[in-house]
Amino acid sequence: MTQQNSRRDFIKASTMLAIGFSLPSIGKAESLHKIDTSSASALGIELNPYILINDDGKIILFNARPDMGQGTYQSLPLLIAEELEVTLDQVEIRNTDGQGKYGAQLSGGSSSVRTRWLPMRKAGAAVKEMLITAASKKWQVPVSECYALEAKVFHKPSGKSYTYGELVEEASKLEIPKEPKLKDQKDFKLLGKSVPRPEIPSKVNGTAVFGIDSDIPGMLYASIERSPTIHGKVVSFDGSAAMKVKGVKYVVKTERKMPHKAVEAVAVIADTYWAALKGRKALKINWDAQGSDKISTDAYFENLRNLAKTDGIEYKNEKVGDFNKAFGSATKKVEAQYETPFLAHAPLEPENATVWVQGDKVEIWAPIQGPDGLIPQVAAYLKIKPENVKVNVPFMGGAFGRKAYFDYVLEAANLSKQVNAPVKVIWTREDDTMQGPFRPGMLSAMQGGLDEKGNVVAHNHKIVGSSIQHQVFGNPLKNAPDDWAIETANTEDSPYDFASRKASFHLAETDIPILWWRSVYSSTTAFGQESFIDELAHAAKTDPLAFRLDMLADAPRFSRVLQTLAKKANYHQKLPEGQAIGIAVARSFGTIVAHAVTVSKSGKGVKIEKVVSVIDCGMTVNPDNIKAQTEGNIVMGLTAAIKNGITIKDGLTEQSNFHQYNVLRINEMPKTEVYIVDNQEAPGGVGEPGLPPFAPALCNAIYNLTGTRIRTLPFDIDNIG
Amino acid sequence: MLTAYSLQLKAKSIKNMAKYNLNVNGKKYNVDADADTPLLWVIRDHVGLKGTKFGCGMALCGACTVHLDGQPIRSCSTPISTLKATNKITTIEGISVNTDSAIQKAWIEEQVPQCGYCQSGQIMSAVALLKEKSNPTDSDIDEAMSGNICRCGTYPRIRKAIHRAAELMKDSGNSTGK
Repeated sequence: MTQQNSRRDFIKASTMLAIGFSLPSIGKAESLHKIDTSSASALGIELNPYILINDDGKIILFNARPDMGQGTYQSLPLLIAEELEVTLDQVEIRNTDGQGKYGAQLSGGSSSVRTRWLPMRKAGAAVKEMLITAASKKWQVPVSECYALEAKVFHKPSGKSYTYGELVEEASKLEIPKEPKLKDQKDFKLLGKSVPRPEIPSKVNGTAVFGIDSDIPGMLYASIERSPTIHGKVVSFDGSAAMKVKGVKYVVKTERKMPHKAVEAVAVIADTYWAALKGRKALKINWDAQGSDKISTDAYFENLRNLAKTDGIEYKNEKVGDFNKAFGSATKKVEAQYETPFLAHAPLEPENATVWVQGDKVEIWAPIQGPDGLIPQVAAYLKIKPENVKVNVPFMGGAFGRKAYFDYVLEAANLSKQVNAPVKVIWTREDDTMQGPFRPGMLSAMQGGLDEKGNVVAHNHKIVGSSIQHQVFGNPLKNAPDDWAIETANTEDSPYDFASRKASFHLAETDIPILWWRSVYSSTTAFGQESFIDELAHAAKTDPLAFRLDMLADAPRFSRVLQTLAKKANYHQKLPEGQAIGIAVARSFGTIVAHAVTVSKSGKGVKIEKVVSVIDCGMTVNPDNIKAQTEGNIVMGLTAAIKNGITIKDGLTEQSNFHQYNVLRINEMPKTEVYIVDNQEAPGGVGEPGLPPFAPALCNAIYNLTGTRIRTLPFDIDNIG
Repeated sequence: MLTAYSLQLKAKSIKNMAKYNLNVNGKKYNVDADADTPLLWVIRDHVGLKGTKFGCGMALCGACTVHLDGQPIRSCSTPISTLKATNKITTIEGISVNTDSAIQKAWIEEQVPQCGYCQSGQIMSAVALLKEKSNPTDSDIDEAMSGNICRCGTYPRIRKAIHRAAELMKDSGNSTGK
């Protein structure tokens, strides 16, 4: 570690004001409602972007991934804290505000710990080294005689100590070490230990601040009537009745700017949310559907089935051997198609945003998955400079991918600009359910060939459906398959030793707004992949577990997960009469999860007796949260399998609220057991990987019990054909 | 530079043209609101207590659950005109002063919340359950809690936490859940 020069780039808190540094609205759990309005100079010295220490000892750690319930508010700061030698009750955690110095700040793709595991630890370790060096200089003793513990540096021989606050000024003059020494895993005190999450108390006493809780002096509320067929145009509107509602201040034409299309809308803006909503219900709008009344999910799926008859664009990297030849000469051929529906995300906190546009500057308070991604979109939309966009990141009341699509923030920006006041837009549950974006409806067309011994000699997975990259990100996909759609079924994520395999993608364009939904395409692609493996096992007259293990001999982590699952779920023990077990395994976002679902007969349907899950996500940050996320994925996977999909007829979404778009409730919750495979591998994702293998494990169990193969989701679990 | 504004609780006194008298968490409020205004929005936007959440507006999800004279109700579907000044409304903020009720302690012990948005409503339903039944069975829990949706899927932990809270209450001789 170098000690010579003052590092040129250290930033004193006082200069942070000048560069536009500002505080996100999240403080310590117990003070979440009290926004710190003290000047930034009182906050401390920034030793690197993620760590700020005040000379009175206050330590602030920055979380660069907004928390939507998957635990980033703890997990990223905990990575810093482990190396910095502080505990979470010695620090305050703040969310980052989208500034470039914090790097990528999108929560998504189960990437937070995976991508920040080393950078966050290095940030903590570097500052710890600087503080130790500062202490050694003050004491004029060798660095080797000093160590850090619980926010202090100690001199081992004398027992003297300095708090970090007493060292920060000196430390800030030092260079930031580029390659600080990281702790050995065996010395971890926090990582891997299920430390309680620091924000939990605020989430049981009502003080946690979610986006919808933003409350700005002078703020107006808006409720927006959008085209019932999603893509309509306002021909004319009559707001006179709305204006008569007490509290309504404005009725204005506005728009909903989606990445692929901007559509017109009419907003009612009022003193209170209730007045805005009442005013909205009094609007009379004449819509021109502009053809969007022709949209139907039935027609969409019909198109997928037609497309499935022809070859898609091949994933070249997934090609193994000569599929056509091997399939042609296979002893036994198996073919099946699987369909998964459009789904709404339905976070319990509906989309909402509070935005205040003031000339060429704007401030935003909104539940969003990525402040750094929001800033350029708002800047472009309002035609202002990105540095004039200030974002406050509160907690999200669930998101599941939805809150990385910023249409609702742009709506509030549009209205604030029009009425020159801070405006809070709140979507109703009906807006959330009916307007999209949705998980795309998908089809997997599978072919498999077996030789006379029952070995898989040929495997083909054709994915048919719409492309998020194409619609949302404008990727033309000219002669290229959507590389997201094959996730969890590619050779790495599904490393079955098929003698030959191919995979392809057929793009079905649609105007239905689509977006990633918890686990993106893995939740749809894995259904075909892991159901079909079971179909092949039965065709080969082999036990589905043994069949898989046989083809995963060269994939030791998969084998270990399945063997652990077999043991924990008592797979080889005889089940009581009228019960059956089914399994599935899938890797997504760098993590392998397998579920064993035990089902029993219940009237015309089946009852889930138990779900046993095994997850291998490499090294762990918070094992208890890994279990919680896997439980949550079981709930969401089960909901997606047996509750409502989104269907659209004549352009109208047929589900509007939780009475038509049902989600699992506590009385339907099966017993769950989650086990974590202990290992030293690099961390994988946790927020999503439990979801993809759930539906196939359930349907495989149902086949084993009833002989009925379910190939279309959702299905009625109370009435199995 | 845009630093002048930061999130803060709005002064609620601007809306004190009394029309309805409310008792929320033992405090009296005078609220000027339309007769059909749901209690949810009165609590959130007039009284200024943000712990009670909006989820569906149709009494389907339970995020807005509060107590009316000790009974759990869906505040999103309770017009303010149906309430009397003598009614005692309790919200999540009124459950304890120091987050130390049996239910809250159990919720923390079991690390129940994920996103946390539904948990105020979950806790209000659970407190009411434990007041009725100090040692609820799983089917008592199903019955009392099935009106509360948790999209994150914390149901196994909610179940455990309610059993744990029952134990804590038994140990302390407190039978109210609070």
